[in-house]
Amino acid sequence: MAEPFLDIRNLRIEATVYPPGEPARDIVIVEDVSLTLEKGKVLGLIGESGAGKSTIGLSAMGYGRGGVRIAGGEVWLNGRDIMKGGNRGFRRLRGKEVTYVAQSAAAAFNPAKRLMEQIIEAALKHGVANARQAEARAVDLFDRLGLPEPESFGRRFPHQVSGGQLQRAMTVMALVPEPDLIIFDEPTTALDVTTQIDVLAAIKRAIRDTGVAALYITHDLAVVAQVSDEIMVLRAGSKVERNTAENIINNPQEDYTRALVSVRSITHEEKRPTETPILVARSISASYGKLVQVLKDVSVEVHPGQTLAVVGESGSGKSTLARVLTGLLPPFEGEVTFAGRSLAPALAQRSKEDLRELQMIYQMADTAMNPRQTVETIIGRPLGFYFGLSGRKRRERVVQLLDEIEMGPEFLDRYPAELSGGQKQRVCIARALAAKPKLIICDEVTSALDPLVADGILKLLLRLQKAEDVAYLFITHDLATVKAIADSIAVMYRGELVRYGPKSEVLAPPFDDYTDLLLSSVPEMRIGWLEEVLAHRKMESAGH
Amino acid sequence: MRIPISALIGLFFTGGFFLMAVFAPLIAPYGLAEVVGDVWEPRSADHWLGTDNIGRDLLSRMIYGGRTTILIAALATVLSFSLGSFLGFTAAVIGGWIDQLMSRLVDLLMSIPTLIFALVVLSVMPVNITTLILVMGILDSTRVYRLSRAVAVDINVQDFVEAAKLRGERRSWIIFREILPNALSPLVAELGLRFIFAVLFLSTLSFLGLGVQPPASDWGGMVKENKDGIVFGIGAALVPAAAISALAISVNLVADWVLNRTSDLKGGRGG
Repeated sequence: MAEPFLDIRNLRIEATVYPPGEPARDIVIVEDVSLTLEKGKVLGLIGESGAGKSTIGLSAMGYGRGGVRIAGGEVWLNGRDIMKGGNRGFRRLRGKEVTYVAQSAAAAFNPAKRLMEQIIEAALKHGVANARQAEARAVDLFDRLGLPEPESFGRRFPHQVSGGQLQRAMTVMALVPEPDLIIFDEPTTALDVTTQIDVLAAIKRAIRDTGVAALYITHDLAVVAQVSDEIMVLRAGSKVERNTAENIINNPQEDYTRALVSVRSITHEEKRPTETPILVARSISASYGKLVQVLKDVSVEVHPGQTLAVVGESGSGKSTLARVLTGLLPPFEGEVTFAGRSLAPALAQRSKEDLRELQMIYQMADTAMNPRQTVETIIGRPLGFYFGLSGRKRRERVVQLLDEIEMGPEFLDRYPAELSGGQKQRVCIARALAAKPKLIICDEVTSALDPLVADGILKLLLRLQKAEDVAYLFITHDLATVKAIADSIAVMYRGELVRYGPKSEVLAPPFDDYTDLLLSSVPEMRIGWLEEVLAHRKMESAGH
Repeated sequence: MRIPISALIGLFFTGGFFLMAVFAPLIAPYGLAEVVGDVWEPRSADHWLGTDNIGRDLLSRMIYGGRTTILIAALATVLSFSLGSFLGFTAAVIGGWIDQLMSRLVDLLMSIPTLIFALVVLSVMPVNITTLILVMGILDSTRVYRLSRAVAVDINVQDFVEAAKLRGERRSWIIFREILPNALSPLVAELGLRFIFAVLFLSTLSFLGLGVQPPASDWGGMVKENKDGIVFGIGAALVPAAAISALAISVNLVADWVLNRTSDLKGGRGG
C-alpha cells in the first residue's frame, strides 16, 4: 500500500451554539474520525444531514465554518501537520494544495466578474502559473469537461451560463492550480438529474485525467458509488463503515449501511384507472404576468384512491400546475372538474367543501407550519374549521390522527421547532388528513428530507392511501419516488405534457427523447452505471 | 435565563418610574398646585428638590409631572401601535390597490415634518389630553404602519399563511392568528423605542407651550417653567430634563434586551 498523503487522525470537531434565551454551550459535531487517502484516489463521504461529512471534508484544508473549531486530532497532508502551520500555512495550502468545489456554484461565483478572472485567480495568487499559462490550462479543461466554445467560455459572466455549466466551471477552477486534493461538497445536489449526469461524468473524467485525489461529499449513495474508489459512511459525527465502493454497495456490513443501500426499494402495485376520475384538468394554460406562459394546454386526470405523479425538471411547470389546481393561480384557459362539479378558477370563489376536499402538503415542512402554534393547534384547526369540533372531542381526534402518522400524544404541546424534519412532514400530512380530503396535492414532499426519512414518509403516504382512500397528485423531480408510488405518470417539460398514462406504459419503451433522457439519468445503486449510460448514449448519437 | 446587567438597570429604573406614575398621589409630599414656599428655594429637608418658579414643591410636581408624561406617552403609543399595526397587517394581507393607496397616504403624512404638523393641528384644535394623545398617536402610527407592513409582507408569503388561505380562513384569522404572533417580537422591541419618541415629542410640545396646559404639567412643561432660573444659576430646570433622559435611557436598555432576545426573528440582531 502506498504512503497516504492525506492522513486525518482522531479528528474531533466542536461548535458553540447560541440558543436564543439560553447561555451558549459547546456541542461535538465530529467525534474520533480517522481517514487516510492515497494520491489519485477518490474517497466518498456519505451520510445524512448533520452527519458531519462537510465538516470533515473542510477540515482537510484546516477550515471550520463559522463557530466551528477543530478541537482535537491531527490532519497530515503531504507529510506535515497542517494544523501547526498557522494562518500563513493555511494560506499556502488553500487554493494550491487543496481546492474546494461548493454545492451551489451559483452562490459561490462573484456575479460581477467574468468566469475566467475568477477561475485563474487562485493559480495567480499562489504563483503556480502566469496568466497566459493559467488561461491556457483553463481552456483545455473547459474543452475536456465538455463546456461549449472553450476558447470564449471564460469571457462570460456567471449568469450567462447554465447551472450545470457553472458547476463544471467551478470544477475547472478547482483544477487550474494543479492541486493534490479536491474537496467536492455535494457538487450535483442542486442540479436536475439530466444535468447531474453530465457534471458527474465531467468530474469523473477530470479526476482520471489529472490524477488528483478527491474527497467526494454527498448524501446520495447511488451518486457517490459512480465516482468513488472507496466510501466512508458517517452517522452523527462518527464513522459507521469504510470499504471499497463495490463492497459498500454489494456487501454492506453494518445495518445502517444496509438501510442506505436498500432505500428506494418500496414496491407498489399499479391500480387500473377507474370510470370516474376525482379530478379532471382539461387544456390548462397559465402564465405569470402576460409574458411568460408556463403551462401550455395540459390535461390530466386523477382517479379516486390513486396516485398521479407529475415529473419534470425545475422550470417544467409542475408546481404551477399545483397552483392552478388549488386556485392560487387562475388559468387563462381550460377548466378543472373536481368530484363531478366544476371548480371555480380562483380560490376566493370556491366553496368550503371544495377547499376541504382538496388539500395540499408542501416541500418545506419548516415553513408550512406556523412556528408559534403547537402541534395540537396545527392539526386541530382544520377539525374546528371544517367540522366544528372543539374541546375534548377535537383533542381526541388530534391524538387519533397523531397515531395514524405514527406519533404519540406526547407531541400535542410541541412547537414545530421541537420536531425533526421527518416529524414535521408527518404533522403536515396529519393536518391535510384532518380535513378528510378526497385529493391531496403533494409538492416535492420528500425532496428536502434525508433518504431514509423520505422512505418512511413515502411508506406512510401509501399506507394512508389504502386506509383513507385518498388520491394523491404527487409532484416530484425524483423518478425513483415516482416508480415507488405512482399509478399513473405525467412527464412535463417546459410547460408541456410530453408523456402521460398508466405507470407501466409510461415507463415502458418505446420512449420519446425526453423521457428516455430523464429515465436513464436517474442514478442507480450499482457500480458502473454511469459508464453504461454514457456508452449507451455515445452509441445512440453515433447511430443517429 | 440570565438577564444582562444593562437590562437589569433598565428594568429597575423603568419599573421605578412606572410605579411612581401609578401611585403619584400617595407618594407626593405636597399637592400639585400647592404653593408651599418661596420662589426657587434651595434643597432642604422639607423640599428635597427645592421649590419651583412660583414656590411649589419641585419633588411633588416631578412626581405628578411623571404621571402625566408617562400616561400620555403610553396611551399615544398604544394608539399608534393598534392603529399602525392593524392597518399595516391589513395592507400586507390584502395587497393590491388598497395597499398602494394606504402606503402612499402614509408616505404623504410622513413627508410633513412631525413637529410642524403637530404644531399646526394643535394650534387650531382645543388643547387637552385627548387631543394630544390622538395627534401623537396618529402621527406616530405611520412609523408603526411601515414596520408592521414590512414584517407582515415577509410572513404573508410563507407557506403556512398560504396553507391557511387554502383552508379558506378569513382575513381576521390570518392577521391575528397567523401573522400577529410571528410579528410580535420585532414589534415589542419597537414598542419601547416608540414610547421614548412619544415622551420626547410630548416634552417638546409642552416646552413650546402646546402640550399639557398649566397648572397641570409634564416634565417638558416643567423645563419651560423653570428655564429662566438658569441665568441666575438655579438648576431647577435640570431636574425634569434629567428625568426625561433617565426614562428614555432605561426604556431603551429594556427594548435593546428584548430585541436581542428575538434573534430567531426578523429584527433581531442575534447573539
